[in-house]
Amino acid sequence: MNGDDARKGLLISPIENGTVIDHIAAGEALNVLRIIGITGTTQESISVATNVKSGKRGKKDIVKIVNRELRKEEVDRIALIAPHASINIIRNYCVYDKKGVETPPFVVGIVRCPNPGCISNTSEPIPSKFQVQPKGLRCLYCDWLITKDITSHII
Amino acid sequence: MKHIISIRDLDRGEIDGLLDQARRIHSHQYNEHALKGKILGLLFFEPSTRTRMSFQSAIARLGGTSISVDSVEASSIAKGETLADTIRVVSGYVDTIVLRHPKEGAARLASEFASVPVINAGDGAGQHPSQTLLDLYTIRQSMPLEKIHVGLLGDLRYGRTAHSLAHALSLYGATLHTITPKGLELPGGIAEELREAGICVIGHEDVSEVISELDVLYVTRIQKERFPDSASYFAVASSYRVTPDLFRSVRDHLVVLHPLPRLDEIDPRVDQLPYARYFEQSWNGVPVRMAMLQKVMS
Repeated sequence: MNGDDARKGLLISPIENGTVIDHIAAGEALNVLRIIGITGTTQESISVATNVKSGKRGKKDIVKIVNRELRKEEVDRIALIAPHASINIIRNYCVYDKKGVETPPFVVGIVRCPNPGCISNTSEPIPSKFQVQPKGLRCLYCDWLITKDITSHII
Repeated sequence: MKHIISIRDLDRGEIDGLLDQARRIHSHQYNEHALKGKILGLLFFEPSTRTRMSFQSAIARLGGTSISVDSVEASSIAKGETLADTIRVVSGYVDTIVLRHPKEGAARLASEFASVPVINAGDGAGQHPSQTLLDLYTIRQSMPLEKIHVGLLGDLRYGRTAHSLAHALSLYGATLHTITPKGLELPGGIAEELREAGICVIGHEDVSEVISELDVLYVTRIQKERFPDSASYFAVASSYRVTPDLFRSVRDHLVVLHPLPRLDEIDPRVDQLPYARYFEQSWNGVPVRMAMLQKVMS
């Protein structure tokens, strides 16, 4: 192992079981964790590597989640902020499944509507609901269209 | 089960169908017992005169009856009940719910929890489809809806009637001329969406610049209740007023509309001009809402 390999090993050491999210746009790793509901209060062991050299895009982020295989709906949420990410399901140190992310038609309970007058921002028993459109996310209650900075609206 | 929540939920064929039915009703071609035995539930959590009374009149003329909640204070909402629970309960009492509520999207929420059709009678600064239909109906009494030039004067930021009307007119290839006080412009997203729908949206500083090009002048009130504070309201209040002088050089068939109530946006002397149609527009609420009730309750 040369010096480069050693440093690389420190950054992205293998996991026995779990999920590796690769090819995240540089700087978006923490937002990816937020959008799949992993916060400081959850129990998973997480490795995050940011601004790693990438042949395709210059730099990328990588997230490894130990002992948790992401479900399809969790994976698809990632497409909202990291459409080029790839998901590797790891079992016994081997890649068991590898797939890209697909933009979902709707996102429910993930993003807060920025419109303070929207009924989804009250105590009503409903999650927020957005339709994913080419230009952004449209609130299914008040029609508000989020066109940029989706991550700042993640619940 | 058919709800009418937003004018976006109706395609052009459905809109034309409702307007045709309203015209037949207006000509007294309708069954006075069409909705006999049906009960309309009116849930109005914001003040209303025209919308509420015209729905009451509409159901009565079709042989049905109505029961109502007229304010938040008079309902279990005041005790902290959610709108969702209120809707579930009222669904068991009536055959259709007409809802006015201060929050945008309230009618959409109601449609998710209701076991009967829901008609949106205005949700905050959001949608007001029955108003849009009667606006279109009133215009169509004077001219075809295709490719007309419509001036939208007033509060286009918070004015839900203008948003709904603009969207509906986009289905007919209208050109929209917007004339607004600073800060009350049509929200960028809506303007962009309208342009993408293929219609031309042109902004003007003053209504006198464009009045001679218009087929319809749609005037709206600056709605104090939608402003975050009174200072921002008073900064723009009374910043425009339509007076008889404005009509010196206009198209003969020009129609002036206003969803009412008006404050001082239109000089009362304009009422006497042949262009003023806002009271007819208000009366048209009855046949149009009769057509809507027939559509969802029959």
